[in-house]
Amino acid sequence: MATDPIHQFQISRLIPIEIGGLDFSFTNASAFMVATVVAAGAFLYLTTSSRGLVPGRLQSVSEMSYEFIASMLRDAAGSHGMRFFPFVFSLFMFVLVANLFGMVPYFFTVTSHIIVTFALALLVIGTVIVYGFWKHGFGFLRLFVPQGVPAVLIPLVVAIEVVSFLSRPISLSVRLFANMLAGHITLKVFAGFVTSLSALGVAGVAGAVLPLAMTVALTGLEFLVAFLQAYVFAVLTCMYLNDAIHPGH
Amino acid sequence: MFVASAFAQEAADHAAGETHTETGAEGGHGGGFPPFLVETYPSQLLWLAITFGLFYLFLKKVVLPRIGSILEVRRDRIAQDLDQAARMKEEADAAVAAYEQELAEARKKASAIAQEARDAAKAEAEAERRRVEAGLESKLAEAEQRISAIKSSALSDVGAIAEETAATIIRELIGADVDRASLEAAVKASRQ
Repeated sequence: MATDPIHQFQISRLIPIEIGGLDFSFTNASAFMVATVVAAGAFLYLTTSSRGLVPGRLQSVSEMSYEFIASMLRDAAGSHGMRFFPFVFSLFMFVLVANLFGMVPYFFTVTSHIIVTFALALLVIGTVIVYGFWKHGFGFLRLFVPQGVPAVLIPLVVAIEVVSFLSRPISLSVRLFANMLAGHITLKVFAGFVTSLSALGVAGVAGAVLPLAMTVALTGLEFLVAFLQAYVFAVLTCMYLNDAIHPGH
Repeated sequence: MFVASAFAQEAADHAAGETHTETGAEGGHGGGFPPFLVETYPSQLLWLAITFGLFYLFLKKVVLPRIGSILEVRRDRIAQDLDQAARMKEEADAAVAAYEQELAEARKKASAIAQEARDAAKAEAEAERRRVEAGLESKLAEAEQRISAIKSSALSDVGAIAEETAATIIRELIGADVDRASLEAAVKASRQ
């Protein structure tokens, strides 16, 4: 079981809770959600507690992440988009810290479960739809009718736009989920090669050098992916929110 | 290999999961591909909602206002410092201008004083020169006068000496005194 690459994604109940026939147990996934949130919140809270006029290193990290997301949102959605700043920042920090936690050996990767990423994606799209209709009423539907398109093409273009809009939550969630899942499986498989080859004796140990090097390289790549996917998630969220704020292209 | 077998099991587990008949193995949920085990979804969704919701509220109410205020304070402080620097630069420029003006005035004043001193010195030198020249001229005139007086007295003495000499010469030559009037006439005639 130790070399089973799927084992790391298994969910086990820590505190069984059942309400109305549904299983709401506190699981290892729940524990790592709590850990993610507590670690991210504590980091942001404690590093800024001195409110230094000249920031220390850790305070700089918090400030840089703040300004990074703020400028991303402002560039994508304008100054009106800044009302969603806490939302986008929370999403980015949650996904980033969950991804990075997943890089620690024996830790559970919260974002490697499609239901979690899909829930976050639905939250984004739900926010876009609710805010879009609340702010613009049916004018929000102009989102599906790009300007400057010949009248003949409009039905086709509208159909394409609707399909692309509906596929957004799927692409947004599957991208993050698949990246985390595939990365962790690949890492586990290569690391498994190292142990199983080195069990074969001297020749096996020599042969294990290659998968070991791959494992090291993939670990670096996975750290990049962990950050990149959080970034991509946040950027796409900003762009979708821009549609809600400015529906006429 | 493991992946393949996991995927093979998945379809069966999926069906089982949907009817909630799957019972957990080894204290958790059963085999199959864990992300697709539907019976784990309620728990994941609930705890995601709780944790992410609290995280969002905590960031929105506590952390982000704090970081925002830190950045705001810093921006204000930098702007204030820049303003102060600009004001100080203006003051420095004004001080330099005042200094240069004062310097120019002082230079002008100094050159005026120098000019005055030069003029005064020149005038004094001129007066001194005039005074000395006047003194020299009067001395010259006096000397000329004395020379002419000496000359005329000398010239008047010449006749008497000539008469004396002539009388002596005649006495030595002929042993007789010549009368004074004829001697005088003879001397006068020879000097003509």
